[in-house]
Amino acid sequence: MTIGRRRPVVLLASALLVSAAAALPLLPFVDNYVVSVLIVALFAAYFGQAWNIVTGFAGQLSLGHALYVGLGAYAAGALFFHWGVPPWLGMLAGAAGAALAGAVIAALSFRFRVGGVYFALLTIAFAEFTRILFDHFSWVGATSGLYLPVANRAHDDLLRLRGSPAMFYYVLLALTLGGLALSRHLLSRRIGYYWQAIREDEDAAQALGIDVFRYKVAAMGLSAAMTAVGGALLAFYDNVLFPDTTFAIGRSVEIITAPIIGGLGTLAGPLIGAVALTALGEVTTRLGSGLAIDGLKQWLFGAALLAVVALQPAGLWPWLRSRLGLGGDRR
Amino acid sequence: MPMARLRQRAMIYLNIIVAGLLTGAVYGLMALGLSVIFGVIRIVNFAHGEMMVLAMYAAVVLNRWLGLDPLTALPLVTAALFVAGYALQRGFLNRYIARPDHEQFLLLLAVATVLTASLLIGFGPDARGVSLAYAYDSYELGALLLDKVRVLAAAGAVAGAAALWAFFRFSRTGTAIRACADNQTGAQVVGLDVKRLYAVTFGLGAACVGAAGCLLLLLIDVEPYIAADYTLLAFIIVILGGLGSIAGALLGGILVGVSEALAGFVLEPSFKSAFSFALLILVLLVRPQGLLGRR
Repeated sequence: MTIGRRRPVVLLASALLVSAAAALPLLPFVDNYVVSVLIVALFAAYFGQAWNIVTGFAGQLSLGHALYVGLGAYAAGALFFHWGVPPWLGMLAGAAGAALAGAVIAALSFRFRVGGVYFALLTIAFAEFTRILFDHFSWVGATSGLYLPVANRAHDDLLRLRGSPAMFYYVLLALTLGGLALSRHLLSRRIGYYWQAIREDEDAAQALGIDVFRYKVAAMGLSAAMTAVGGALLAFYDNVLFPDTTFAIGRSVEIITAPIIGGLGTLAGPLIGAVALTALGEVTTRLGSGLAIDGLKQWLFGAALLAVVALQPAGLWPWLRSRLGLGGDRR
Repeated sequence: MPMARLRQRAMIYLNIIVAGLLTGAVYGLMALGLSVIFGVIRIVNFAHGEMMVLAMYAAVVLNRWLGLDPLTALPLVTAALFVAGYALQRGFLNRYIARPDHEQFLLLLAVATVLTASLLIGFGPDARGVSLAYAYDSYELGALLLDKVRVLAAAGAVAGAAALWAFFRFSRTGTAIRACADNQTGAQVVGLDVKRLYAVTFGLGAACVGAAGCLLLLLIDVEPYIAADYTLLAFIIVILGGLGSIAGALLGGILVGVSEALAGFVLEPSFKSAFSFALLILVLLVRPQGLLGRR
């Protein structure tokens, strides 16, 4: 086992990376804009980790994760807006609601033996249907949007999630590391092995006595709850929610792009994919706006995406790992 | 008096339903392309709406430069899309047919992004359309008032679907493609060139959206960003009607066309796609093989 021998090296590298990430906002050239870009990357990494559980580990392709972002965001946002419920409590409510929604959608689909591409389309349909419902849900502002009251930002109020971008950066960094630890923990437990068995061969897993239905539903519920936690943070970071952006298909696609580019089903994949995609987005934006041509940014982004998927379908991390000689462990 | 009002109201509904039905036939032809590609190659063409929008722009350009009516441009655009689809499958997608769903999804999504962005660079974000001398003509059929453009579009769509049906039913290539769809390994064993047949299939699917795009241009203006909505619409229709069923695709298209028209009139217009998604969820859960599909 190469991984055992290299464990101290990996640990040291991780510690260095984490302290570097923690020190980043303190550097002189890192202004609020750079922090906002880093926040975008962390959101992508965290959402990617959450989605990676149901699709990367358990092998069920969900294309509607914007639904759980939206449920978390609207639950925390609306509870705070109407009754002053603290964000962290609202976040819990959102996570519970999203877990329930995810579990129900998964249970309905898998009970009726809807799988593969059909399952993917069903998840899109539920997300789109909910988006249109929220367009007409006046308690949360419908299409005119839900605006959270913006207090002055003289000091950071962690309890009510009002404060500077740097505060959000640290909260998200902690959340992403938590997500990473949780994913790592799950993969080493019985449930993680069951998920991977289901992903590789569902019939064989069933034949071995794994309750396939139960573990698939659990993966979806957990993934949805984690996604909703990120959604709640997003609500308080953005301060404004519209159904058409919060529940957008585009968001679902963004969520799945980072882990696929980074390496689906791997632990580091969502992180590496998020960093790579955010960097790519920044570069294409600069190039695109420099030449002031409509659509150039999207073209460059699409072409780069196409190149990565066509040339490195397994993702960047597996490729990078073999380059660094870190051994063939799938994680 | 109430009797007369009831009659009047019934006529309004009937007119809306017939208009939805005619538009739905064009949706059906578009979705037919997806059904053929998905049913045979098992590749999820998430660039389907984008391909149709490309065809619509081609028809707009032919109209501006050569003054061609979209109906005259239709054979040209259809042929061009067949060639483009054939080349895309032969030169690129054939390498990825055995890949997992999510990789194919991202691959086609990247193709879709590049297509939309190219159209945006070439034509800008504004809506483009063609002005037709007969745009506001209509046929009167008793109390029914039929728009000429809608009747032409629907007739074209049904003719296209019939041609495709005849191709699959009677031609040797069509029979071979059906064999591929039924059993890929078996088709290879008896010596069929599966990769070439896949390319022909993708070409045919692209030709369907080419024709559908020209017909739809009679009814609506085109802008780059409508593409994604039509991709989703095509998927809804294919699943409603049943994969691999030509009649199913037309039926699904008509169902969606009518429900959109009615929902836009009875409820708020913004509810019209909610209705389609609700239908999709219902069909997937209760009858996943679609209304006319077989298990």
